[in-house]
Amino acid sequence: MNLLTAQAPGGVPRSGKGLALGICRFMLVALALVLSLGFTQVAAAQADPDREMTTAAPGITADQWRQVRSGETGPNYRDSRADSNYSLINSSGETWREIRNRWVSPFGLIAVFGMAALIALFYFIVGRKELEAPRTGRLLLRWTLMKRALHWTVATLFIILALTGMTLLFGKFVFRPLFGDGIWAWMIAATKVLHNYLGPIFGILLVILLVSLIKDNIPKKHDWVWFKKGGGMIGKKHVDAGFANGGEKAWYWLLATVGILVIASGFVLDFPNFDQSRDTMQWANIIHAVGALGLTAISLGHIYIGTLGTEGALEGMTMGYVDETWAKEHHNLWYEEVKDQTLSEQEVAARKSSGGSSEPSATRTS
Amino acid sequence: MAQMKFMCDAERCIECNGCVTACKNANDVEWGIQRRRVVTLNDGEADEMSISVACMHCDDAPCMAVCPTDCFYKTDDGIVLHDKDLCIGCGYCLYACPFGAPQFPQQDAFGERGKMDKCTFCAGGPAESKEEEYEKYGSNRIAEGKLPLCAEMCSTKALLAGDAQDVADIFRQRVVHRGHKDGAWSNNPQASADNLAYDAAHKG
Repeated sequence: MNLLTAQAPGGVPRSGKGLALGICRFMLVALALVLSLGFTQVAAAQADPDREMTTAAPGITADQWRQVRSGETGPNYRDSRADSNYSLINSSGETWREIRNRWVSPFGLIAVFGMAALIALFYFIVGRKELEAPRTGRLLLRWTLMKRALHWTVATLFIILALTGMTLLFGKFVFRPLFGDGIWAWMIAATKVLHNYLGPIFGILLVILLVSLIKDNIPKKHDWVWFKKGGGMIGKKHVDAGFANGGEKAWYWLLATVGILVIASGFVLDFPNFDQSRDTMQWANIIHAVGALGLTAISLGHIYIGTLGTEGALEGMTMGYVDETWAKEHHNLWYEEVKDQTLSEQEVAARKSSGGSSEPSATRTS
Repeated sequence: MAQMKFMCDAERCIECNGCVTACKNANDVEWGIQRRRVVTLNDGEADEMSISVACMHCDDAPCMAVCPTDCFYKTDDGIVLHDKDLCIGCGYCLYACPFGAPQFPQQDAFGERGKMDKCTFCAGGPAESKEEEYEKYGSNRIAEGKLPLCAEMCSTKALLAGDAQDVADIFRQRVVHRGHKDGAWSNNPQASADNLAYDAAHKG
């Protein structure tokens, strides 16, 4: 009002009292109007919380939490972490933990050590499978140097990978309390590096080995009979077998299926730099662990039969040649095909010294 | 002993990312690692909501259960810490963690993971000296009687850190206040359906 009275004489010097009063009234009305608007707004806010609720930021609904739990992220999902592709909650993590810790770990251990125990039991009860007839001294080429080298490289890698893999799964229960943190830290770090760097080499070599052996491992009718007779254990009679018997073929196809799965899942885990998701790696880990533990358990059978369990089997894979008697007793169909290619020990020695590995590739057919 | 917990009040978080910055600053976290992240759901929509996430220092921590080297341990305050000397960067803790807390620096070939890094509740980790501890894990504010910097610096006090009981008490007061009809800040249909907070306010 002070402003108004000061302005009136100065601003409108010759208009008279009427105009000044008019302006005064107008200002009063305007002021009252503004004030009343303000008052009504405050009054409305105090009186009607339900109305304010409709304009306030809504709370979080159960549906939103359900969406979070499902792990689905819509187009309006934001994560302030650079390059993050994570959902808010990784709910499959607990499933993975349960499968790994409750099922894979204990049953993997039971499978591997149970198999070892069964084999030991079998060895003490049934014993070694000896040759029934005396050796003739005539030898047959069974494994070329190339295949032997491939086999032993893959076998060595398999054993290292099995041991390191089992250390990753069970080592903390055994070696950490045994050796203490210093050695354990070094040991587990080396374990991971060995496992991760030898794994891909094993994978590539196994594929080459499988390809080079596929011709000998096509399933045949007599393989079924071989299985029904338990590989000759039922009925105590020799059963027909070609270059590879039913059991060897089963091991081959296990490696060609489960082995490939283990290798493929291993690659998924080993190279996390291809933007594969956590969920993918969880499943890859379960497939990898189950497959690898299964193969480890079964490999013990393969190792036993190839070394301690059967007289005359190991020399085929070490020296390359097997005795005629062994071929006749264990692989009769193959023996029929190659029996005219037997060599004396002197001939084998001469061959080995002259050309190292050289042997005619046509020595045997499948 | 205390049972340390984080809790983010999603109805208060304004997605300012101050906690993320505070954490990076307090712990000198290495390039490419961000121990805390802010997730926003339904960004730009009416029901937009943000929440700050880091290691929640679980009672039954999945990372501890799956670690092949057993590098995790829990302090007397319920804080989950890990020993970087034992970590081999296998990534299993990341597979198991519900909150995406473990992160791995990638300096090596083939995407090989470095040693895992995660929120320590500003409690450092196992080391010979203070300098080594800071270098590996960041600051140890707990040893100085302070709470994690992210929560201390939260501008809206959305992010709370401290003993579980204290955090729960503060949050309960908020819920009671919001649940009161005149509070008018919550439109949670579930809350009004069971009327727990409303009843509490009227009885209290």
